[in-house]
Amino acid sequence: MSTLDFIVALISAAVLNGAPLMYGTSGEILTQKSGNMNLGVEGLMFMGGAFGLLGAFTYGNAAGDSASGVVAVIIALVCAFAAGMAGSLIFSFLTITLRANQNVTGLALTIFGTGLGQFVGELMRIRVGGNVSISNALKVSFAGSPFPKFLQDIPVAGKLIFGYNVFVYLGIVMIIVMHHFLAKTRKGLYLRAVGESPSTADAAGINVTRYRYFATVIGGGISAVGGMVYTMTIAGTVWNHTGLSGEGWIAVALVIFCLWKPINSLWGSVLFGALLILYIRLPIPFIPTQIYKVVPYIVTALVLIMVSIRQKREDQPPAALGTAFFREDR
Amino acid sequence: MHEKTPLIRLSKREDMPKARVWMIRLGAFIFALLIGMLVFAVAGADPIEAYVTIFKAALGKTTGIRQVVRNAIPLLGTALALAPCFRMRYWNIGAEGQITMGAIAASFFAVHCRNMASLPLLLIMGVGSMVLGGIWSLIPALFKSRWRTNETLFTLMMNYIAIGIAAWLIGGPWEGKPGSQIMPVFSSNAVLPKVLGIQCGWIIVLVLTVVIFVYMRYTKHGYEVQVLGESENTARYAGMNVPKIIMRTAVLSGAICGLVGFLIASGTHGTLYSNVAGGAGFTGITVCWLAQLNPFAMIVIALLLGVLTKGSSTLQTSMAIPASITDIITGIILLCMLGCEFFINYRMHFRENHAKEAK
Repeated sequence: MSTLDFIVALISAAVLNGAPLMYGTSGEILTQKSGNMNLGVEGLMFMGGAFGLLGAFTYGNAAGDSASGVVAVIIALVCAFAAGMAGSLIFSFLTITLRANQNVTGLALTIFGTGLGQFVGELMRIRVGGNVSISNALKVSFAGSPFPKFLQDIPVAGKLIFGYNVFVYLGIVMIIVMHHFLAKTRKGLYLRAVGESPSTADAAGINVTRYRYFATVIGGGISAVGGMVYTMTIAGTVWNHTGLSGEGWIAVALVIFCLWKPINSLWGSVLFGALLILYIRLPIPFIPTQIYKVVPYIVTALVLIMVSIRQKREDQPPAALGTAFFREDR
Repeated sequence: MHEKTPLIRLSKREDMPKARVWMIRLGAFIFALLIGMLVFAVAGADPIEAYVTIFKAALGKTTGIRQVVRNAIPLLGTALALAPCFRMRYWNIGAEGQITMGAIAASFFAVHCRNMASLPLLLIMGVGSMVLGGIWSLIPALFKSRWRTNETLFTLMMNYIAIGIAAWLIGGPWEGKPGSQIMPVFSSNAVLPKVLGIQCGWIIVLVLTVVIFVYMRYTKHGYEVQVLGESENTARYAGMNVPKIIMRTAVLSGAICGLVGFLIASGTHGTLYSNVAGGAGFTGITVCWLAQLNPFAMIVIALLLGVLTKGSSTLQTSMAIPASITDIITGIILLCMLGCEFFINYRMHFRENHAKEAK
């Protein structure tokens, strides 16, 4: 394999592995921008993965040979998104309305969500009596590129630009929209105000509760889609909890790495995606694989330290992150 | 935007009688079990039969009870470790990593001091695990007290670094059969003795329960931690050395977590796994919080979760329900219990009908 081929293969593998993180992270960024720290991302991604697979599988079985790939993708997306919304709705209700501690609620949601995802996945396997899988025609619409063959066949650029699955492109669009929303729109400004200082926002007439609910529930839905993307592309439409486990926590790490800016997750997720697989593709002598694998976490910890030492205003976490807002409590 | 009085107004309350507080919590627990029945029904199992199986398996036989206690030891130990941190409002969610580091230190001595007599070896393993757990917890605390680095996120990252180190050790320097990625079991002098058929860690965590209770309630340290948790400014005006208190408490917490790691590695598994903490570091956080940081309440909650875990592993074999249903039920219980605190801490005032308030 020539060096160029190697680099092309490495980049496309990094993007493929970064795609679930792209969703997991940007969803959590939206959530944290509202001041809610949802540590349930791991659970949400499990739920998204299991329910996305369940949706596509059920549809594939029901439609038989006439199943349409586009419909299957949409169904998987909707199922995963809905599962994530339901999970983060529980979180929102407990932390925003009932003012429960966010860290603990998030962890409880992770326990619940990983359990539920695992349960649904296992149950599907028991019911089917073997590995759950969808037809090859449908698989292609998940894992294959949406672009015509001649574009993908362009040397180098074809693979680097047109060679990814549909979720990569969808994710890029979603992140750009989110960036625009947070940075350029009035509602985005309000949302950031809620995350920085809810009492100020409240005094300015912004409905803190509503913004937090919306950001957390939609953010949770987006994070859950990341789990579905993992199951349907990297895991090859088979329920694989060992591969999915840890993905949510890396997404949380990536939120810090991206300094709470969605636009950074475009390249951040590719970088972390590369770090996730680099130990297979580019082994470095003297550095054991297991140590190689923790590099994303070490890098994130270092970023966290740097950010707190430099105290640059625009790089800080949302000031009210992790705190409940109680209006009567002044 | 708020022309009207809201439908429900809230105010804080601290005067609810103890009996009612526990009634509410019990109610939430029963509510959670009812939702759990739904889950069983969806899974195609008879809910009543499922619950009966769980409790019979866990409490019907001596072996079951032993397993329950074994499950509860790390949960109780972790919850105890975290109580002072949480009282201080220092969100140490790095217990998983501190446990792992403790287990690594214990394994280090188990590997390298193979020929020592059992008692001194176990003591060294215990002390070593506490030191390494403490150091692992000190790192984020240092940055927190010096630069206000967010400790929730930092301790979270430290978890995975610790797990990675453990994975490397058992697959590299400490690997047994080449290629097995498994560490050989400790020699018998490095395994904790059993008392009443269960590793003696249960005595250690019970003693710790009393110690932590006294520490938090009756010592100067405990007082300082409480003041700092209420208000950092008050602590500073009172002349307390805030960074010192943060670091001291974090080290204490990490040391106890490290000890838990030693108990798991030496007492439960008799070897080191990369996921030696097995989620206890995370579940312990919820145990600690649900117990309202009360050490004695932690015993009850840890045992309860122990029952669930043991019971549902039986469920998998006898009723063919995936064991992951434990996590679902545990999660539901935790979420319900978290939610019910609201009704204890707040009083709701419903809007009364005043004609003049209509816009």
